[in-house]
Amino acid sequence: MFGSGKLTLLIISLAILFCAGLSEASDRPFNLGRLATVEEVAGWDIDVRPDGLGAPVGMGNAIDGEEIYADRCAACHGDFGEAIDRWPALVGGEDTLDTHDPIKTTGSYWPYASTMYDYIYRAMPFGEAQSLSYDETYQIVAFLLYMNDIIDDDFDVSHENIGNIEMPNKDGFFVPDPRPDAQPVGGEPCMSNCKVATNIIGRARDIDVTPESES
Amino acid sequence: MGVDKAKNGSFSRRSLIGGAAALGSVGLAKAAVSTEANPDNLPPNVSEWTPYLGDGVDANPYGMPSPYEEHVIRRNVEWLTASTESSVNFTPLHELEGFVTPNGLCFERHHGGVPEVVPTDYRLMINGLVDREMIFSLDDLKRFPQTNRFYFLECAANGGMEWRGAQLNGCQYTFGMVHNVQYTGVLLKDLAREVGVKPEALWVMAEGGDSSGMNRSIPLEKIMEDCMIAWAMNGEALRPEQGYPARLVVPGWEGNMWVKWIRRLEFGDMPYMAREETAKYTDLMEDGKARMFTWVMEAKSVITSPSPEKPIIKKGLHQLRGLAWTGHGKIKRVDVSLDGGRNWKTAQLHGPVLDKCLTRFTMPFEWHGEELMLQSRSIDETGYVQPTIDALQKERGVNSIYHNNAIATWLVNGDGSVDNVRLG
Repeated sequence: MFGSGKLTLLIISLAILFCAGLSEASDRPFNLGRLATVEEVAGWDIDVRPDGLGAPVGMGNAIDGEEIYADRCAACHGDFGEAIDRWPALVGGEDTLDTHDPIKTTGSYWPYASTMYDYIYRAMPFGEAQSLSYDETYQIVAFLLYMNDIIDDDFDVSHENIGNIEMPNKDGFFVPDPRPDAQPVGGEPCMSNCKVATNIIGRARDIDVTPESES
Repeated sequence: MGVDKAKNGSFSRRSLIGGAAALGSVGLAKAAVSTEANPDNLPPNVSEWTPYLGDGVDANPYGMPSPYEEHVIRRNVEWLTASTESSVNFTPLHELEGFVTPNGLCFERHHGGVPEVVPTDYRLMINGLVDREMIFSLDDLKRFPQTNRFYFLECAANGGMEWRGAQLNGCQYTFGMVHNVQYTGVLLKDLAREVGVKPEALWVMAEGGDSSGMNRSIPLEKIMEDCMIAWAMNGEALRPEQGYPARLVVPGWEGNMWVKWIRRLEFGDMPYMAREETAKYTDLMEDGKARMFTWVMEAKSVITSPSPEKPIIKKGLHQLRGLAWTGHGKIKRVDVSLDGGRNWKTAQLHGPVLDKCLTRFTMPFEWHGEELMLQSRSIDETGYVQPTIDALQKERGVNSIYHNNAIATWLVNGDGSVDNVRLG
């Protein structure tokens, strides 16, 4: 059992804990983890929203962006954003979304310029994530917007306007999810003598793109 | 019927082996092909492994499957992507039984490769519209009340290559971007209580600590309903390729949202419109407009055997086997057709039939060398019926890439080989 000294200490400790809890721990049912510092959050909170929230202070235009793009991006995406090999094209593709060969680029498909900043800063160049400076990221965004005929080459993209740049396909998306769709008439599936086409119109074997097995 | 009758009716063992060997191109491996037994090992002889001592308990500190199962592996399609670090491989569904996917066979989808995260240096940050911006270590997470749940995880692009026609000749390549494991973790609603969510918060952005910094927006309602931060799968720590040491679990919703190597959750009052929810994982319709925020994986099923990798070797009785799943809850029923969808029989479901889980089904059938066109059709507890590809194409065209949950057709040829075909 406790000696009286230890008991007093315990009571004091509990009292301190309780008082501290009034301000913070009382709302924390588990009292696990710790508060994050402003610096810690700033280092990891890199996202940029469509309204510009989160955009770090900085700016850049396409004239400056051309060089950094050529240096850091063109090896995969091509000098003009046309794509090399199977890497994604970044430029062009307008008027293709309703065809059977849709080309989805930042210019033809992406609805928000903020997404370009967010993605390029967090994930590009491929394998060198978060290595671009804020200004370099704005410059590359500006270069791609210019190549897609969205802004002029001397337009400064910045934290102040990244949330206001209007993308060509901004109205190209719809919510909410309209599914379920493609359901049988009456809701119940046919069980016998169903009228379905059973001619074979395609065989994967004939297309012959399935990887070979070493066996 | 428009089908070339395969060969003639003769059905010797030689021709069967020849037919199976021709299937090498679809990932058929030697264990499935070698039907020849060594008589020396058969009764009344003493089998070669019987007289001698085998490996001791120190031979395999972490056990591996029998070498005779070495063909049961994840496989990728090299031409599909520009690099293996931003790519996908496929679960060998046709080789699996029951409804649990072994950890080493769970398909992988990475956007920046598999990071090697040091567990003692792992941190989960929660910031944004919360009362307290906080940081949790892995040990902190494990001290929260624990939840254990089986869930399927399916990539929204599973079957994405099949929108326009039968393209890949394999169950693995056409359906293998799904797996089903038991997750151990903490419910996000408990973490949310710890940080205190502000009333104006409506969305949560989850962000990975990998080289792609994968980020997705999830409505707060879903976060509070059943999402988890998991640190274990099937009883052991997450595999590195599945997010070690911690990942997000978003039951029933598309796999891309299950952010791996999760490092941050930000609470906000609007969606973040990340690249993966705008440029990707949006479903382009025929008119050039795209569906956005199509999160739920609707009911689907696949016949795993027979299948292109699992030809029929002998006449007589067989057990057709398959898997069904739905992001809307439980599978209620699976129907199977042997004649391309003209007539259907209800298959047997094998429990446990769990919420948002793969569900095993079987149906016995006799095969006498005739041509079959196998299809399976799942129905979930909401009454949703897995659609035909025709019905899907009528609604959505062929540019969608994502959310192809159509019924597939496996053609069993006269020699027992099986092809992925499109009917029309």
